[in-house]
Amino acid sequence: MELELNIINIHTIMISEKILLAILMTSAIGAAAGYLGTLMLSKRMSLVGGPLGHLTLPGITLALIYGFDVSVGAFLMLVLAIVVIWLFEKRTKLPLETLTAIVFSSSVAVAFLFLPSEEVELALIGDISQLAFAATFFSVFLSVAAFLIVEIIYKKMVLIAISEDLAKSEKINVDKYNFVYLLAVALVIGLGIRIVGSLLTAAIVAIPAATSRNLSGNMKQYAYGGVIAGGLAGFLGIIMYHIFHVPAGPAVIITSAGLFLISTVLKKT
Amino acid sequence: MKNNDLALQVKNLTVELNKQKIIDNLSFEIKRGETLVVLGPNGAGKTTLLRALLGVIPYEGKVIWSVKNISYLPPNELLQRKEILPLTVEDFYSLKEVSREEIFESLKSVGLEQSIYKTRIAHLSTGQFQRLSIAWALVDKPDMLLFDEPTSGIDVGGTQTIYSLLHEFWKKQHLTIILVTHDLSIVWEHADNVLCLNKKGLCHGAPSLVLTTENLKQLYGVGVKYYKHSHNYDK
Repeated sequence: MELELNIINIHTIMISEKILLAILMTSAIGAAAGYLGTLMLSKRMSLVGGPLGHLTLPGITLALIYGFDVSVGAFLMLVLAIVVIWLFEKRTKLPLETLTAIVFSSSVAVAFLFLPSEEVELALIGDISQLAFAATFFSVFLSVAAFLIVEIIYKKMVLIAISEDLAKSEKINVDKYNFVYLLAVALVIGLGIRIVGSLLTAAIVAIPAATSRNLSGNMKQYAYGGVIAGGLAGFLGIIMYHIFHVPAGPAVIITSAGLFLISTVLKKT
Repeated sequence: MKNNDLALQVKNLTVELNKQKIIDNLSFEIKRGETLVVLGPNGAGKTTLLRALLGVIPYEGKVIWSVKNISYLPPNELLQRKEILPLTVEDFYSLKEVSREEIFESLKSVGLEQSIYKTRIAHLSTGQFQRLSIAWALVDKPDMLLFDEPTSGIDVGGTQTIYSLLHEFWKKQHLTIILVTHDLSIVWEHADNVLCLNKKGLCHGAPSLVLTTENLKQLYGVGVKYYKHSHNYDK
């Protein structure tokens, strides 16, 4: 009897630790993505988040086939894709959205040729059931790093969003700052892949920013509102996952969409 | 003329975009403290000229600046994008490194109340927003201001206010100004020199000398007449 109780206790503690790790990781990634998303919204790039998420599919596929971390595969593939898109843009002068669409649909097509069918769900909507402490620690650390890097360049990115010519006239190296920002976005999306999969990444970047935009009266509130909305969606999404046993990725996104709906009601007209 | 009297020298400037020549072999100079108005029809290369001078786009030829601190206000862009972000006046000024005292002084100089400091710029009227843009461009005391179509979308009263403000700053700060406009009426009142641009430089000099009916016809095509702002018609 005593042995049985001990086994139940150990089981409870293990579940709690797993959920705690999931909450920590998801809130940190959600907060960083929400913060970065405020700039993406201001640059009218929100929809780019979706294709960027899909671009990670070949990386995830490689990671699943060769047994390394999906976030590493996703991040490396994103960096490669960003460089390819940038080179195409320089060469063709076609709009960024068009080039992203071309590269992302090709990469999805290639990924599905090789993606093991039993791993499709994991790749598309994420899986946090096998979280380890090390992965959580690195995810939180890298999320904080992405946040801090973007915080340093935030004001310059705002000026670039208002007018690139104006920013250039103020001696701001627009290409350099855009590249640093995109790298940070790639990092956060790479991390977010584990939670929400490649299908839903646009949402972790775009929805918290839109929620914050509804409720903020100035730039500080807007930027840090993105952090709060993203972090809160991560936290509440994992609680929902734990209580209702629904997949974590969709739970996080549905929570975020719920927060957005509340913000539209609370928005001062 | 001594070189240190010059704010800018442009020699044989040629700009090609998408394999089309937008500006062709343009040369001119601007003295310190001068107001140069760049006139020309749509598509004449006026905005391209300013962007080339700022080094924002590639060009051939020489652009030699003798002033360091240059401020630029792009055409209508700020006005169109003011709704995108929840920027307040305070946020807008935070993009430049200036003290709160300098900000309040700059608001006062364009006739705006300190009380708008926390106001969202999307909530300002068009006239208030244009005043704010000028104040913002001039808050860090530039030597030179490049101003592209400052009054498009503003009514006649607002237009007069903008030019009067610019004129005041010009006197007070000994500013050198390059002003791009369609508005012929401001030339007589505010320009020291005029540059007529339609891909090539068609005329350059004092308005009274170069704004002849013939030159304007060459610049804009038929049917354009220039009226001096002194109630004496010069047809």
